[in-house]
Amino acid sequence: MVTAAQVWEALAEIPDPEIPVISLVDLGVVREVEVDAGHVRVDFTPTFLGCPALETMRIAIAEQIRALGAEPQVNVCLDDSWSTDRITPAGRAKLRASGFAPPAPRTAGAPTLLQLQSNVHRCPYCGSTDTRLENVFGPTPCRSLRYCGSCRQPFEQFKTI
Amino acid sequence: MNEQDARSLLEIADDELVLGWRDSEWTGIAPFLEEDVAFSSIAQNEIGHARALYELVAREHGTTADELAFDRAPDTYRCTQLVELRLMEWEKTIARHYLYETADGLRLERLKESTDPKIAGLAAKIDREEAYHRIHAQMWFDRLQNEPRFTAALQDLWLLAQAVVPDDLRPQFAARMGLSTESGSEPQSRTEHTAEFPELWEEMTVVRRSQPAGTRW
Repeated sequence: MVTAAQVWEALAEIPDPEIPVISLVDLGVVREVEVDAGHVRVDFTPTFLGCPALETMRIAIAEQIRALGAEPQVNVCLDDSWSTDRITPAGRAKLRASGFAPPAPRTAGAPTLLQLQSNVHRCPYCGSTDTRLENVFGPTPCRSLRYCGSCRQPFEQFKTI
Repeated sequence: MNEQDARSLLEIADDELVLGWRDSEWTGIAPFLEEDVAFSSIAQNEIGHARALYELVAREHGTTADELAFDRAPDTYRCTQLVELRLMEWEKTIARHYLYETADGLRLERLKESTDPKIAGLAAKIDREEAYHRIHAQMWFDRLQNEPRFTAALQDLWLLAQAVVPDDLRPQFAARMGLSTESGSEPQSRTEHTAEFPELWEEMTVVRRSQPAGTRW
């Protein structure tokens, strides 16, 4: 009989469809796993609501559970239970290693332009904070574009939400 | 979920779906690359918000988000006229963006206080993303606020924009915009649509209507 720990392990093998260096568990989108006699219920919260990877994630989770010999039920939570603060420390390290600046921690209240323009954002290539905001938006809704004045490298910054 | 709440969520979902559709018309042809990227992302977010709002209503009513988004007759949509307009002049697009995001921010603030935890929860999630739309709109306002074409566009669209928020939020909306609600005219009702809307609806639903319900893609 499959256990919750085995399910978590299996989910940790599913890469994020758009940023495959990190897994769904690293991303913090899996909120709850409940196992009941061969039936597995997974609650997960989308990152961005318009993320086209949502359906891909749902299917991947179901397939992974079937591979464990259990019957999946995957619920998409439409609530406020995900923020970029849920990305795990391991996930952040993997993002940085592949050239994505991980999101800054969320402060009280919504992010502001001043925060985006402040010099706390570190270049994932050289580590300098001499970086500037190029575009609030980027190649996917979860990313902004920044430029590093030190190593002269443009890079993608995960938005803090 | 009570009927009044379901109606309000559908109004907002229709606004977001139709505005997402209009914003996506800049994909590939925006005045410069950064804005092509920005408006494509904003459009994607708005349509994502519409999907989630339709889904919340659909779960209550035993239907699906797609049916609510695409299987209704055009005269049953409850979007405001502001979002229906095809505005292919940049200053007008930006004026609408600034007006709409300000109004939507006020509407979300109220929704986050809803006594229904499902509505409050989704509103809070949507607002996390909308914060970036407001930052983007504000940057453009700061840049264009003294340009006559932009200020004229704001004035032209102001009456339509007031219809985005419930009546009792209009004074607060006007105060945030620094504009007056006393023009002598009432904002249009959400049951009235522009002459441009039927064509948008035709295009928006053509793929769905071309395939029998239940087709898997």
